[in-house]
Amino acid sequence: MTTAPAERFALRLHKVSKAFGGVQALNKIDFEVRAGEVHCLAGENGCGKSTLIKVVTGVHQPESADLIELFGARVDRITPVQARQRGVSVIWQDLALFPHMSVAENIAFDDLVGLRPRSVRYREMSARAGEVLERLGVSLPLTAPLNDLSIAQRQVVAIARALMNDAKLIFMDEPTASLTQSETDRLLDIVRKLSADGVAVVFVSHRLAEVLEIAERVTVVRDGNLVGVYPTEGMTQARLGELMTGHLIENKVDARDLPDAPVVFEARGLSRHGEFEDVSLTIRAGEVLGLTGLIGAGRTELAHVMMGMRRADAGSMTLEGSAFRPGSIREAIAKGMAYVSEDRLSLGLLQKQSIADNTVISVLRQLTTASGLISDRRKADLVRHWIRELGVKIGAPEDAISTLSGGNQQKVVLAKWLATEPRLLILDSPTVGVDVGARAGIFRIVRALAEQGLAILLISDEVTEVMHHSDRILHMADGRIVQAYDPRTVSVPQLEERIYA
Amino acid sequence: MSDTRRLPGLKGFKHLKTGGPAGENLSLLVMLVLLVVVFAIASPRFLTGANLGSMGFQMPLLGLLTLAMLAPILSGGLNLAIVYTANISGLTLAWTLMQFGGPEAGIPAFILGCALAVIVGALAGAVMGGVVAYVGAHPILVSLAMMIFLRGLGEFLTRGGDISGFPDHMHTLGHGSVMGIPVPLILFAVIALGWHVLLRRTPHGFSVYMTGSNLKAAEYAGLNAKRTLVLIYTLSGVLCAIAGILMAARFSSVRVGHGEAMLLITVLACFLGGIDPFGGHGRVAPVILALVILQVLSSGLNLVGANQHLSTAVWGLFLIAVMVLRSGQIQRYIGLLSRKDT
Amino acid sequence: MRDALRSHTIEVRLAVVLAVLCIALSLSAPQFATLPNLTSLLNNSAVNLIWAVGLLVVLIAGGIDISFAVASSVVQYVAAQLLMSVGGGNWLLGFLFCGSLGILLGLLNAWLIHGFRIISIVVTIATFNAFFGLLMFFSGGRNIYNLPDWWTARIFIFEHENAQGIWSELTLSVAVMIGCVIATWALIRRSNIGRQLYAFGDNPEGARRAGVNIAVMQGVAFGWMGLMAGIAGLCQVNIVKEVVPNALYGRELDVLAAVVLGGARLGGGKGTILGCILGVMFVAVTQNGLNLLGVSPFAFQMIIGAVILVAISTANIDLSQFFRNKEARS
Repeated sequence: MTTAPAERFALRLHKVSKAFGGVQALNKIDFEVRAGEVHCLAGENGCGKSTLIKVVTGVHQPESADLIELFGARVDRITPVQARQRGVSVIWQDLALFPHMSVAENIAFDDLVGLRPRSVRYREMSARAGEVLERLGVSLPLTAPLNDLSIAQRQVVAIARALMNDAKLIFMDEPTASLTQSETDRLLDIVRKLSADGVAVVFVSHRLAEVLEIAERVTVVRDGNLVGVYPTEGMTQARLGELMTGHLIENKVDARDLPDAPVVFEARGLSRHGEFEDVSLTIRAGEVLGLTGLIGAGRTELAHVMMGMRRADAGSMTLEGSAFRPGSIREAIAKGMAYVSEDRLSLGLLQKQSIADNTVISVLRQLTTASGLISDRRKADLVRHWIRELGVKIGAPEDAISTLSGGNQQKVVLAKWLATEPRLLILDSPTVGVDVGARAGIFRIVRALAEQGLAILLISDEVTEVMHHSDRILHMADGRIVQAYDPRTVSVPQLEERIYA
Repeated sequence: MSDTRRLPGLKGFKHLKTGGPAGENLSLLVMLVLLVVVFAIASPRFLTGANLGSMGFQMPLLGLLTLAMLAPILSGGLNLAIVYTANISGLTLAWTLMQFGGPEAGIPAFILGCALAVIVGALAGAVMGGVVAYVGAHPILVSLAMMIFLRGLGEFLTRGGDISGFPDHMHTLGHGSVMGIPVPLILFAVIALGWHVLLRRTPHGFSVYMTGSNLKAAEYAGLNAKRTLVLIYTLSGVLCAIAGILMAARFSSVRVGHGEAMLLITVLACFLGGIDPFGGHGRVAPVILALVILQVLSSGLNLVGANQHLSTAVWGLFLIAVMVLRSGQIQRYIGLLSRKDT
Repeated sequence: MRDALRSHTIEVRLAVVLAVLCIALSLSAPQFATLPNLTSLLNNSAVNLIWAVGLLVVLIAGGIDISFAVASSVVQYVAAQLLMSVGGGNWLLGFLFCGSLGILLGLLNAWLIHGFRIISIVVTIATFNAFFGLLMFFSGGRNIYNLPDWWTARIFIFEHENAQGIWSELTLSVAVMIGCVIATWALIRRSNIGRQLYAFGDNPEGARRAGVNIAVMQGVAFGWMGLMAGIAGLCQVNIVKEVVPNALYGRELDVLAAVVLGGARLGGGKGTILGCILGVMFVAVTQNGLNLLGVSPFAFQMIIGAVILVAISTANIDLSQFFRNKEARS
């Protein structure tokens, strides 16, 4: 055990355990955060990260714990209010803010909580909120509703709210998941500033590059067990991924040349004002074309135009040799396009509906008999076929899709699109919210599809992903394709440097 | 000692709660049987042909309106204009018949009137569906405005009065029987079956469920969610029109405001039938069971000497009871109570 | 100030439309802008406004209430029985009885909603039927004329006789209404409880995580609605001088439409007292104006319905959808 004086720690947990039902969510975990430190908590989905946060913030009570110590003081039992009073704040991924309330009120909201009636002093509230924002070096319109702010700005509001409670230890749950690179950089600057002010920040992020950049130490958790605490100095993404999953992730460049394969899709000088400009690309049958670049580079917008969800202002597309100008997503699908959306939770799947319905939703016409009715037999056959084909682990086809893990949900999304027998499959950030371990399974499927001659456009901001799973890579920045790469002649660090430069 | 062992009744609650489609039907069926037994014991007249017949004449009207309410709820909305859509459609029919001599109007005039009524109903529905789908306004507000508009329109056209004097053949529709089965009940059965097939077996019905659960995601999957909404409100309007025609035949008159009290009862019946208030889940069969239960409650209470108002109250209390049992929270409360005992 | 205007688009738009409407009416109908007409407009809107501010609180907290108008009827009937049994009572007892009975009915809704996790529209449609059915059953649908004198006495808070000898007067109900409006404003705008109501309606999960007591919030919202329903019931009797069990049946949806027209968001988190008043007064002024212009009373509802339909098809285009699209793009 460390000999450092206790008050230098913001948090110390020794041998904390917590079980839900029969599942051991945390098994004698030790976790220490030094005062003013930027610490990373890493692990796959369901490894116990969020349970750990909830124990520290008093949402859950641990079954057993040898020691819980906050800022040098031993605590027997933490309640959410106590945790906040002692200076522990959590910024959840969904931010837990109030979209229709003003920025100032969002920042100062915790002062209003409680049943003792008291009057609200808006002027004082605004002044205090303004002070905190100033401390962060940010200026935001205090009276505007939160709705008017970008996601990055809302993130800042959430941080300001934590500081308003005199937070000395802030947990941030996937804070950069939907930020552009420059926004992420600004956020990381703020985190550094907090750390310099003596506020400890615990970062929970799946973006390993980011984790290694900002954190001083990283605690890795796997299946409720502590794997270890490591300095980020000298740590690599590959090593961290291995620690999180417990096995070496095989990552080798796997690019092929396909000069003779027929061109499936071609775009010439495609532009849409304010989103992307003069984009030309070709995708051949059996080819996986990687499209990378920062969030906000125009990648998703390009995919939307290819799917007919929006119209291009200029340029042309051809699909299998004939002009392609879809007026709606339905037309694009009918002509052989498929699009795996980056937002699986709210756009890619209907979470409330069954696995079977989610699988067949895009191919209703195939299932409809001459009488105009959906054939239950055809539907069941189709669902069974794809569940088996893609190795989706399910209970019953009638279960809600939300009962599946992220990886299995994404397989259902793939099944849905493969059932439409597409010519071109667009994968937009297909591994968001999918465990590192389960990603390999997704890419095995993608690779097999390519072998069968399907053309695939793989959009991702994770450089390692496009490096290891594409045949060619296009780099998009500020709405333009700036450079093409062959994965065999470029390395991950080189490519990262080009992109983040 | 566990709570369940001390209170064996809890098992029953449990299967009420875990109401998959089958469980939903089963628990409603059990309730129905219980009610029938209770009323059969309480009143010897309950299980007579006369009583069952009158139930068969009374239920279809509420039933049709409930089906018209059901589909918009499945699509994630609500249609508060159903009763007045039915009234205006009925008015269209009555007006057409008047043009052809009122009581002397022939079958062709009646058919023309029905066609016009259906067109009017469909139009009202289509406008609502269009505003809901393409403006994105809240269905409660849209249909509420439509309800106020149609009510006003009807009152304006009729000056608050009745229109009566229909040909005899309309009487058959409202009061006739075929092989002892009331004509309205046959009409309802046919339409309910059609509605079930439409919702559960056709691509359009599938689209209604998907749209009701997440419009944006349904569009991303290639469904035409907006057209689905317009179509489902239009069909809801068509059903209202059929209800309006039946209402004219049953009451032998048309008055704006006829059946006004049924509006919220139809919502009640849908919720009783296990329809998800947020859309996306629910079936026709349990809703019909719920309707039968409501009818049994009302007829049974009537036979034991209570009036329609008590039935209304019992319907409300019954819905509360069922929702409370379905919520599963009851175990918690009983748990609290029994802990106090020990 | 610009922010304030922008975040209150609906209120501003409605205020402009209402102002234009008032100017047009004063020009086309000379009686419109006279004191007697305006006071009677206020007298006639008092009960609706009391309900409306109560409903606003429920809508802000993310709920909906269908049962409030029949709840008022129940309160009237029960209070009349209770007051007669204590020998007539007085205004103080009247407020006490009606207020607490209303709160009780509201808390019943809140308990069913929170205690059993049933959504508010289901609960209040059920209680709507239960309240009304039981009221009609026990009252037998009979009116009560035999009421304490104080209750039916006309009390004016303002009287004025103009040169033609026409009286303008404001009844007690208007004073009560103003009290209710100010109290509701203080609750939702000036107190921390009210701000927690907004937060709860806006993002229930976020509010829960911040430590907002959800059970209490539901209780406050529906209890306040109940209190307003009770007071509205009391005032309505004072205006019509009798208790008619089914007199208020069916008024709930019109009030709901007016409040939502005033910018309260179905789904919670948004809505202001100003918008609520504008919404109710917009409907009232339209009705009053049509009446003065000699339009057939049968056409009122039709025109109002059409106006609301047009208003939501144009003005109420859900702005948040644009923001959502923007997010999806970025």
